[in-house]
Amino acid sequence: MRKPPPKLDAVDRQIINALQEGFPLSPRPYAEAAARLGLSENSLIARLAMLRDGGAITRFGPFFDAAAMGGAFCLCAMAVPAAQFDAVAAKVNAHSEVAHNYERAHQLNMWFVLATETAEEIEAAACAIEADTGLSVLRFPKEEEFFIGFRVVA
Amino acid sequence: MTLCARDRRIIEATQSGLPLTPAPYAEVAASLGLEEGEVISRLAALQARGVVRRIGVAPNHYAMGMVANGMTVWDVEDAESSRLGAAVGALDFVSHCYLRPRAQPVWPYNLFAMVHGADRDEVEEKRAGIAALLGDACRSSEVLYSTRILKKTGLRLTRKGAP
Repeated sequence: MRKPPPKLDAVDRQIINALQEGFPLSPRPYAEAAARLGLSENSLIARLAMLRDGGAITRFGPFFDAAAMGGAFCLCAMAVPAAQFDAVAAKVNAHSEVAHNYERAHQLNMWFVLATETAEEIEAAACAIEADTGLSVLRFPKEEEFFIGFRVVA
Repeated sequence: MTLCARDRRIIEATQSGLPLTPAPYAEVAASLGLEEGEVISRLAALQARGVVRRIGVAPNHYAMGMVANGMTVWDVEDAESSRLGAAVGALDFVSHCYLRPRAQPVWPYNLFAMVHGADRDEVEEKRAGIAALLGDACRSSEVLYSTRILKKTGLRLTRKGAP
């Protein structure tokens, strides 16, 4: 299902490592970023297009804090009996409020995120899923989020 | 936090990516009937408010060889949880870190940290590093590996019910 990893050369890795944040907000941002990397504007643009089309990067641009944009989110978990798992997954996924859903190796074996415009809609969606499946939905809303130092090293 | 209509339009126009052309903000501006300067200054203001977290590339974890990820979960003393959560979130292999309510008796854990690595051994090694950092403040922990993606959709500003 997954494509084989794209081949990256030293310049690709340099671009991925250097451009995970701090892309300039200026009229010619590629030219500015390219100069810092010792590249030309055209070659940086061409490399980014290749990295994106080859699947090494999933997106290039601004990343938004979804909650700051006004949405509501809640991580939820269910303990689904193995025999019913696929049928329950189909019922859960049919709710448009379910943004993503993972099977995990645990007694609580289904973990999904509800994303809605308002906090009230989170509760309504969780209740609707409980009604559809006959199973309890455990709610794990975030109480505190921590600054993330995560960087992928290419 | 509220967003004005122009901010929302700029977010909608850029949330799937910036144009890969020499003057990307001018191109976004032209598509919205705005001036380039306004798009740049609005994005700068959104960044200052934290609505824009960063501008740059999103590397594909899998393509970078980081094919294993585990949701590590920890039962950490409440009095210490904010301080320790901040320390865990600052680790460069943790991509998400949150305090969440416990669901006793089935779920005693309040600190969630998503850990990435090349394989499960590496995830376990990093998990041991978190355990050492938490020390006696942690009563118990587990790691949950994902075995299947059942659904994955991008989070989008424009959804059902959005203005």
